[in-house]
Parts: sequence; C-alpha cells; structure tokens
Amino acid sequence: MGLEVLRAGLQSTVQDQGRFGYAHLGVSASGAADNFSLRIGNILVGNPKQYAGIEMTIIGDKYRFKSDAYIALTGSEFEAELDNKPIPFWQGCPIKNDQILDIRSTKTGARCYLCVAGGINVEDVMGAKTTHLTSGMGGVHGRILKKQDELDFGSLDNSIKPVQEINEPMTTDNKIIRVTKGRQWLWFHKNQKNKFFQHQYRVTDLSNRMGLRLIGNAINTKKGEIITAGIPLGSIQIPGDGQPIISFVEHQTTGGYPVIANVISADIRKVGQLKPGDCFQFELTSISTAEKLKVDQEKFIHSLHHD
Amino acid sequence: MNKYPKIVPVSDSAILLEFGYQISELIHKKLFSLITHLINNPIHGVINIHPGYTSMLYTLDKTANIDEAIHTIKNSLDMGQNRETPEARLVEIPVLYGDSYGRDIQRVAKFSGLNEKEIIQQHQSGNYLVYFLGFSPGFPYIGGMDQVLTTPRLQTPRKCVPQGSVAIAGGQTGIYPFSTPGGWNLIGQTPLEIFNLSSPQNSLIQMGDKVKFKSISKYEYERLKKSNGA
Repeated sequence: MGLEVLRAGLQSTVQDQGRFGYAHLGVSASGAADNFSLRIGNILVGNPKQYAGIEMTIIGDKYRFKSDAYIALTGSEFEAELDNKPIPFWQGCPIKNDQILDIRSTKTGARCYLCVAGGINVEDVMGAKTTHLTSGMGGVHGRILKKQDELDFGSLDNSIKPVQEINEPMTTDNKIIRVTKGRQWLWFHKNQKNKFFQHQYRVTDLSNRMGLRLIGNAINTKKGEIITAGIPLGSIQIPGDGQPIISFVEHQTTGGYPVIANVISADIRKVGQLKPGDCFQFELTSISTAEKLKVDQEKFIHSLHHD
Repeated sequence: MNKYPKIVPVSDSAILLEFGYQISELIHKKLFSLITHLINNPIHGVINIHPGYTSMLYTLDKTANIDEAIHTIKNSLDMGQNRETPEARLVEIPVLYGDSYGRDIQRVAKFSGLNEKEIIQQHQSGNYLVYFLGFSPGFPYIGGMDQVLTTPRLQTPRKCVPQGSVAIAGGQTGIYPFSTPGGWNLIGQTPLEIFNLSSPQNSLIQMGDKVKFKSISKYEYERLKKSNGA
C-alpha cells in the first residue's frame, strides 16, 4: 500500500498533530500548519485524528498510487486532477491502483492536505511523524518530499466509517487575525499599540513553518529585550527593527524579544493559510473569548464524527 | 504568602510561571528540580513545558481549560520544588573562534573595547552553567560569561546561522546545534554534534551542566568534524 512522488511541489512534508513532551529540550511541537484541515481530512477517510497526512505548500505534488486507496483533499483549494479529471476538495474519494493524482498551484491560501485511509506511514521520531524541517527531524528523513520518494500508507480499517462529505463551508476570512494580549503588552505605549492594530501587515517571503516575518508599521518599545522565557505557538515578537514576527508551528521554544500579542488558537489555522504577499490586520480579543472560540472549533470537529 | 511564582495566562492555551526577574543559580535550581519532577509526573492537560532563565511556560492541550489548569499547576508546585538537584556534569566544548567561523567577533570588539585575542581569552575563562535548553532543539542558554563581553542581539535576525555556531546575546552565550535563523552575535564554531536526534535525552549538553570552552585550531576543528561523522 503506497504512493510514489512523480513531481514534488514547493514544500511538501509529512505532518500529524505534533510532537509533544520535548519542549524542555528545545523541541517545539511542529505538526500541521492548518491542523484543523488535516484533522477533517482524517475524518473524511475514516482515520483517527492523530494519523499523518501530506502537507503541500503553494504548489502541490504529483503522485502515482501503487495500490487502491481512499483519499481526501482538504485545506486551501489547489488545482487538482485525478487522471486528468478535476477532483473535489473536502470529500472522500476512492482511488484505483496506478491512478495519477496531480495537485498544482493553489487557488486560494498557502496549504492543502492529502489524507489517505490508514495514514501516511513513516518512522516515529520521539513519538510522532511530523516533519520538523528546522532540525531535520521526523517525516521523510526530516526533509521535504522529492521526486521518486515512495510513501507507505496503512491498510483501510473497516471498523471506522469515513464521513462522505462535509456540507459546511470550511473557508475562513484570512484578512483578520485575532490576538490576545501578550506577556509584554504593557511595555508598549498606547500609540504603538494603535499602530499595531490600525493598519495592515504584509507577509514577507522570509516566512516559513518556523515563523512569519511581517512588514508594516514598525512598533517600538523603549525597554528592548527580555530575560529569555518560553513562548507559545502564535506569539507575536517585536525585534529591534520593530517588524512583528509570528512564531509558528516549528517555532523556537523560548524567545528574547518582547511579545506584544498572541494569535488565538482558533485562528492558528488562518496563519497556516497565509502566504508571502498576503495582507491582513490584527484584532484584539480577550482570553475568555479566545477560549470559547477554541472550544467551539473543537466541538465542530467532534460533531463531524458519525459514530 | 510567597510572591513567586507569579502565574499568568499568556495566551488562550499557555500559562507562564515567573520565579523572579533576575537570572540566578538559585532560581535555576528551583526550575531544574521542578522540571525533573514534571518529567516523571506529568500534569493532565499540559502537553509541553518550556523552561527559561527565571520562568517556566506550560502549554495546554486543545481541550484544557485555563482556570482548571492553573489550579492543577499550583497543586503540583509544592511537590516539585526544593528537591535535591542532580550533581552537575562538566562538558568541554572545543571552539574555532573568529574569521568566517565567528563573523560578529568585530561587533563584540566594538561593544567590549577588547581586541579579538582578548575576547577569545575572556570567553574561555567564564564559569559557565547551562540554565536551560530552548530556542531550537538542544540550544543551551549558558550563563556565567564575563560581562565585559556583553553585546546586544542583531537588529534583524539572520535567516540562517551555521550549525555549531558559538554566539553571544546580551550577557549570555550559547551554541546553535542546527542551522537555524538567529539574532545572536557569532564568535566561533564547534565541530561537535550538540543535539542527539535519535536519543535527545542523551545529548552532549543538558540543562544543569557546567561548560568549559576551549579554543582550537582550524586543523583540530577539521579533524574533530571528520571524526564526528559530519
């Protein structure tokens, strides 16, 4: 049971929910950039949520299936064809041995996911399959997929029923990213905060799974640097040049720049769909609202299971 | 009542415990014993712990509730603190200083008023302690550097720092185990593999270690790099 990469996209990696329990050794969780889409992909093919799939970035891969399979494409819609016929996103689809799946450019956001019934099978590193590109760990030898890579997937588990189709719209408005106050919120003068919220930021091409470097209004603080401390996923650091950096899935476990704000959990998937050149605005919300939105998102995913 | 730790939610799924605002061996020992305890006695709903110099960040599971998590963390604190910390190990790190191996040594010279030779001398003479591993896999934050070498971070971080770079940020020193982005001032490079991917618990440098830097020649650097399998 497997597939072969006939043409590799821009940055395709094996991803799952993340590698947890090693942050004290400096290892951040990594995991899918749009974890929501990967989980729904798993539901569509009847996989447990922790199974691994393939994350594609901006330009997708071309694969030949070496066995029958059952797949789903989720995330941002890319141009995609199965044996030269368009294949829809957000629904399960049976595949015959030798069929060719060709995923080309994105039509919308940065990333899409290929989930296969049985999950993509690579060796576990520290208990997870996610690729951590920065340290060359996990996935296929810690790197992006390349032509001629062969990936195995597990066999279909008939005890779990795949969900045929999802009717609710899965797209989000990526022009607004909601944040809560960061630990150094009080280090920034009111007029600096206004600058932060009132204008758009653009994603630069120095952005990746580790962090998104933005360009827009420069934010200043007189205080400079902090005593290095742990930072969570989505923390927005302000380095000396004043241009914000959003720490992302492969983020550093600690940071020394002041953190002005933190992207809320429910909007992390939006960050995963931002690509260089995209513009958006930050919007402030409270931790209690953010917690509620997080719970709602989890409930929604949970509601898709038919069992 | 104890003033510390101060317990603050810093996002909708992370809680920061601050044990003070001055780097000290005393706080480090508290954190070290707490972390040793937490590794063996994980807290339900906490998926990662990130130690810092004077703080510890707990990140929570997607389904965890902040208030409940704060409650559980508080309860576990008394168990974890003030235990015996394990005996410190001594690790020697060979470094090829300067030139293309330490591209920012002149910047350090500018801030310290020392010449290159004096910087190398001073950097080897510190009484070093690994306060924690953070930033990227296996990156040791090392305190105990002579404060004359204090140099602020670069204004804009580099997109790519060479693997093994020995660097200075503010009054601390550290080593980049992998080629990653970074804003520290590079002063040299070690040929040794700092982080062990297949057995991370057994990496060369760990939290709580004492460290000694030793200046080596280019010849020695290449020899060690080869025998390291790199």
